[in-house]
Order: sequence, then C-alpha cells, then structure tokens
Amino acid sequence: MGNNKGWLEVITTRLIIISGYSAIIFVFLIFYFLLEAGLPTIRNVQLTNLLGQRWYPIEEYFGLLPLIIGSITVTIGAALFAVPVGIAIAIFIAEIAPSWARNILKPIIEVLGGIPSVILGFLGILVFAPYIRRLLDLPTGLSVFTGALLLGAISIPTIASISEDALDAVPRSYRDASLALGTTEWQTIWYVTLPAARSGVLTAIMLGIGRAFGETMAVMMVTGNAPVIPSGLALFFSPIRTMTATIAAEMGEVATGSTHYQVLFMIGILLFLIELVVNITASTVVIKQRKRSERILS
Amino acid sequence: MFVTIITTMRNFKVIISICLIIFPLLGCGFESSDNRSQSTESETYSIDNVGSDTMVNLALAWAEEYQNLQPNIRISVTGGGSGTGITSLINKSTDIANASRVIKSEEIEAAKAQGIDPIQFNVARDAIAVIVNPNNPIDQLTLEQISDIYSGKINNWKEIGGEDRPIVRLSRETNSGTHVYFLETVLRLGQVDNKTLFSPDTLLLPSSEGIIAEVSDNPNTIGYDGLGYVTPEVKLIAVAKDNKSTFEYPSIETVNNNTYPIARDLYMYTAGQPVGALKDYIDWILSAEGQVIVANLGFVPILPP
Repeated sequence: MGNNKGWLEVITTRLIIISGYSAIIFVFLIFYFLLEAGLPTIRNVQLTNLLGQRWYPIEEYFGLLPLIIGSITVTIGAALFAVPVGIAIAIFIAEIAPSWARNILKPIIEVLGGIPSVILGFLGILVFAPYIRRLLDLPTGLSVFTGALLLGAISIPTIASISEDALDAVPRSYRDASLALGTTEWQTIWYVTLPAARSGVLTAIMLGIGRAFGETMAVMMVTGNAPVIPSGLALFFSPIRTMTATIAAEMGEVATGSTHYQVLFMIGILLFLIELVVNITASTVVIKQRKRSERILS
Repeated sequence: MFVTIITTMRNFKVIISICLIIFPLLGCGFESSDNRSQSTESETYSIDNVGSDTMVNLALAWAEEYQNLQPNIRISVTGGGSGTGITSLINKSTDIANASRVIKSEEIEAAKAQGIDPIQFNVARDAIAVIVNPNNPIDQLTLEQISDIYSGKINNWKEIGGEDRPIVRLSRETNSGTHVYFLETVLRLGQVDNKTLFSPDTLLLPSSEGIIAEVSDNPNTIGYDGLGYVTPEVKLIAVAKDNKSTFEYPSIETVNNNTYPIARDLYMYTAGQPVGALKDYIDWILSAEGQVIVANLGFVPILPP
C-alpha cells in the first residue's frame, strides 16, 4: 500500500509541476501567436496609416491613435474614480468598521467583484447613460464618463479587497505604537498604517487599473464606440472607442489572414505590451518596498 | 488505512470529475461528427444554419415551424453576422449561411479554394428604417439629407427644420451587413465611385437593442435598423429617394412596389446545389407557407402577398 501511495504522490507531483510550468509556456505561446498573426501588419500597412486619426477598417483606414487614446482616457477616468473610493472602502473595512460590519462588507465586496461585466453594461446602457445625459446635459450619455464610471465600479472590488488584505497584514504593534504617541486615529491610518501597507495597496491599484484597461464588454456597451480623438474638456464627456471593444466587435466578421485581421492582432500585441508594462511596474515597486521593509524589520 | 482509503477516494473524485469534464467534450465531438456522416441514411437529419444577425429571428421562426412539420429534422440557428455565416460555410462547419448582403468576390474565391460552390437563394426582403426619438418633430427626410447627416455635413436638427439640438448619429458596427448596406445605399446614394464615409463621431453600437434603447431615450439621436427590429418606442421617418420622389414610410407594400428606397434582399447560401432534406427545407422556405412567416416578423416576403 505504501508503494501505491508513493506512486500516486509521484503522479500528483508531476501534475503540479507540469501545471506550474504550463503557465509560463502558455504566456509564451500566446505571445508567439499574437506576434505571428499581428506582425505582418508592419509590412502590409503603411506607418502613416497606422498612426493616422481615422479608424474605418472596411475602407482600409487603420489609424490606431483614436483607439489607444480611447483606452487610455477611459482607464484614467476609471482610476480617478476607483482608486480613492476603493482605498477608502479598504480603510473603512480594515480600520474603522466594527467586526460585525467587516464580516458582512468583505464578502459583499468580493461578490461585487464577481458580477459579470455584461450585466453592469446593461445597467449602464439602460440606467446610467440616460441619467448622465440628463444630469450633465450632454448630446449623448454613451461617453467616456459613463464608461469610466462602470469601469471604476468593476475595478473597485479588486482595489478594495486587495488593499484591505494589505492593511489587515500591518502588525497590530504599529498602530498601538502610533496611538501611544498620542496621534489621532486618522493620523495613525494616514501616516502609519497606509504607508506600511503601501506595497500591497500599490499592487491593488495596478491590478484594478489592469482590470479596467482589459475590460471589454461593459465599455463596448456604454462608450458609444466612436473612433474619435476628442480634445479639451470634451475628452471625458464625448463618445470613444477602446482597443478591446474594437477587437471584440470586429474579430467575428474579419476574414482570416486579411490585413484587417492582422491589424486587430497588432492591437492585441499593443494591449499585451501595455498590460505587461503595468504588471512589471507593479511588481518592481512591490519588490523594492519589500526589501526596504525587510531591512527595517531585521 | 483509513487515511489511504480517504486519499484514494479523493483521487477517485478528482479522476471522476476530470472524466465528467472531458468526456462530454469528447462526446460532443463524436456525436456531431456521427450526425454528419449518418445523416444521409438515418432517420433524424440535422441542419446547421449560421449567419446574419438581421436574419436570426427569421431563421429561428422558420426552423421552429419546419421542425413542427417535420419532427425528424433538427435545425440549429446561430447569429454572428453575414461574414461569420459565409466563413462557416467555407469552413464546412454549417449547411446554410444566412447573409443580408451578396457574397463578396473574395469569399467566392476562398470557397472555390476549399472546393465549395456557394449557391444563392433569395429568401426574403428587408427594409432599413430610419428612426428618431418620438419627441423629434422631424417626419420626413430625403436620402441626400440622411447622407449629409451621417457624413457630418449637417450637425444640428435646426438645419433641416427641427429643434436646436445637436445630432447624435447612431449606427450598427462595421461588421454588420446592415452597416455596409446603409453605407452603400444611403451615405453613397448608391453611387459606386462615391467615397463618402460615416462621420468619425458616429456611435457604433454592437446591437439592434442598443440602438433602439438609445433612440427611444435620447431626443438628439438618429438611427437606422432593420424594419423587423423597430419597436413602437421609436418614430419611423418617411424617406424619399430625391427631391422629385414622394416620401414613403417603410412597409410591406412600399418595399414590394419599390417605392421605399432603402430595401434589400436577404439570402441563404448552401455549399453546392442542396439535395435531400436540405433542398426540401429551402423549397419550403420559398413556398407561400414559409413566406407567411417572413411577413409575420416584419420582413418583406419575396412572393407578392
């Protein structure tokens, strides 16, 4: 029987090792696949066309600028809204709320994070967009602002939940020491607990932003998908088209191997690279922070 | 002892759950390939029908009615767009492709490369309705005015006798057959050398429902959609081909007598001349019985009613 157990153990270990490595292999395979399908764009489409301001693929206008600017503005909008709210929720749950409220709030936040974005998109199209149009007297409610609100709502649970974990992990002694020095509760949170949890909170923000940037369905439903480059104050209140929505909306129709298909994969490569930069920034910040805190503790 | 039994039981559970996940997948694969190969001689015959979103409801209605008449036939209907349907036909993953536009020459070439000869059937007609919010006082527009609105030359409703409001243009996504048809027939007024484009600030909405929802709520908007999808919450616009023609509302009569200018044919494509049950199905669709369903769904039958 001992033999039997050893045999099972070997298989289980192997399976775990394989699944561990498969994550790395899959990332490389996906990137290779994207490169193979997307890189011919550079040969087949003139650079001036790719950097142009007009996206109308069925007539060979492949200007990526409106899509990139669209994705970035709507993500910045979402971050402006979601970061303060998400961190405030985390601080409330971790530091201020009584334990019974904490036990209710934390699971609720996590359930919120699991709501499919299509459902939020429906809410956006039927409730938010009409309301925002009337409230701000815009030509249409299908705009960056509505998109940013929804994306914010989608990334708040990520930011709140991970920040709360980070705040929760700050040793009790930090707070006690601070309070013993005569600070108020607010000063302790702002100057001691939050800085101590900084690396976790930064990770939370980066993950939240990554989630917002990669979100597809909800933005496709509420941002109007007009590939324009807005300027001035209109930037946050005009319709816009994001990179993700473009891929989702057009990939179904496109003929495999056509120029349009290659350009869509090019957009995929750009998305991949931008998300990669966000993740690398986040993890280097966290590693730096960790080293510093380890030094302090030792 | 107990521990080992429990762990082996756990392993069993894992194995069983893996089987439960994998076997249905394999099963599906086997089943469908079986159906394909047996279909000629077996009792039940399955027909796959993929394509135009404009035609999904129509194709579903046909399929339901026909399955009632012929219980041994199973018809599955999927949307995805005209191009998706034709691509599926070329990939041999569907029996019928629904398309709200004529097959493109590149698509015919791709099909020929796969050894497929696509055969076209004109199964119904469709009119595109131009719609505005019920509170918009505008009742009628010429094709040229609609073209100028969508191309960005007219930006305020007061320029064409309406209220002082900005115009918000709504369109289906570029992957929709309706979009291409509207571009060619309305924006470019049917002229081949006309290179007019949609104004870049035209909102491209992924669904008919999205367009209806926004038009019914927002008095600034103008939109278009298949007549079959228009609901009473929005207002139809009467359209004239040019200044000399009369303004006509889209209806079965005006489309059939060619007075409504934005109407088109809807097609089904098969790989080669259909035979057996497939042929029977398409014959039935083209019969008076099949065309009654077309009229019931707000599309326009091809036979004179």
